[in-house]
Amino acid sequence: MTAYAYYPGCSLSGLGRPYDESMRAVFGHLGLGLEEIPDWNCCGATSYMSISEDKAVALAARNLAIAERSAAEVVAPCAACYLVLTKAQHMMAEYPALAAKVHRGLQTAGLTYHGRAVVRHPLDVLVNVVGLDAIRAKVSRPLAGYRVAPYYGCQVVRPYGAFDDPLRPQTLDRLLEAAGATVVDYPLKAHCCGGSLMGTMEEIGVRLSFLLLKEAKARSANVLATVCPLCQYNLEAYQGKMHRAYNEDVSLPVVYFTQLLGLAFGLSPASVGLQRNFVTAEPLPAMA
Amino acid sequence: MRNGTTHCRYAEDVNPAFPAEIMAKPGGEALRDCIQCGTCSGACPLSVHMDLTPRRVIALTRAGLERDVLESATPWLCASCYECQVRCPRDIKVTDVMYALKRRAIEKGMYPKRFPIPVLAKAFYNMVATHGRNSESRVLIELALRTHPLSLLKMAPIGIKLLRTGRMALGQEHIKNPKELKAILDAMEES
Repeated sequence: MTAYAYYPGCSLSGLGRPYDESMRAVFGHLGLGLEEIPDWNCCGATSYMSISEDKAVALAARNLAIAERSAAEVVAPCAACYLVLTKAQHMMAEYPALAAKVHRGLQTAGLTYHGRAVVRHPLDVLVNVVGLDAIRAKVSRPLAGYRVAPYYGCQVVRPYGAFDDPLRPQTLDRLLEAAGATVVDYPLKAHCCGGSLMGTMEEIGVRLSFLLLKEAKARSANVLATVCPLCQYNLEAYQGKMHRAYNEDVSLPVVYFTQLLGLAFGLSPASVGLQRNFVTAEPLPAMA
Repeated sequence: MRNGTTHCRYAEDVNPAFPAEIMAKPGGEALRDCIQCGTCSGACPLSVHMDLTPRRVIALTRAGLERDVLESATPWLCASCYECQVRCPRDIKVTDVMYALKRRAIEKGMYPKRFPIPVLAKAFYNMVATHGRNSESRVLIELALRTHPLSLLKMAPIGIKLLRTGRMALGQEHIKNPKELKAILDAMEES
């Protein structure tokens, strides 16, 4: 059994709990092991990097150094975690002085980062390692009647575009199709939801997220699939505020792509954490 | 800045060292290659909310108009979507430059006052430094208390839903040995 070092990040025990549950369920169903990185620390997300870039790289390097001890590949579902880990790798490769400083820092804790760990997003693993044929073979309840807006957001595809086009990504489209869903053409698929601005500048966050849902509805999607816990929260929890701000109902179920995949595999709604979504399972198309 | 001439700039408004300082930061190297095409501003989903567009931030940075840039809301409104960076025809790491400007603004204490975004960044930074992990609900409550305490009331309906669905962890998350992490981070301060 392939085992990945699993980096859930802070969000997946809070807002993103259904992401964690559906990740584990889907990977388990595919026979892929997830071993949580022992005593992992926060990636720092966008906020930490705004205060100290060097320390942000050190935070990532500590996680990678611990992960390297037991596994060759790290899986990070949260978009911010995924970006910070990969960005730290790029920066250490590009700026030797910074890398040397980080190595010295890690040594104070007896840690060594060799630069061997490969960081992957689960979308990358499912499409490029498991493969669409193997996914199709596991689908027992195709997502008939699901018209999905595939929403990638920003940080899983940009800036590095490691496994997909940074502006016009396709992997999520192909994966959802393999699960039997109809994928709608969604030109805003990699536009920003506002990220943490929802917490700081709510009017701006509400506007950006509103535009995404409005477009998804205009494209006659009946569900939107996300790959990021912050996108999921922004797009789901603020639908009431969007309605009041723009006098337009854009309510739409917003679920993790791993939740949809789990349902297609025949897993129960509860095992993929669907009862934790605000816009509940009911508005989703009836299961066959 | 002279009185009544806020839209004019003079030599005294220029910090001649500023452009080189920003260009010396990771990602800032290519700033001199900017052709002011405006692709960054056009691509930016936040530019309509900004006092200075990203293109102008680059122009003002290169001109050494430090205060204009650092007191602007623009670097803080950058949501790190990296669309400008990916689209830039001159391979300027625009998002990384925005980060460099945010850090410079914090260092110099020049960021826009009573603006919630740097407050969140600092609260987040401190929580990670102390505990090694971030507890979303605690960071958001601290942000509200430091900026608009009444906004907590408006957040209550969402908070209740999060509690009901088991998505709000109320306790402080922390790693086993925060001191070890602190040693790593402290070592990063020695150059």
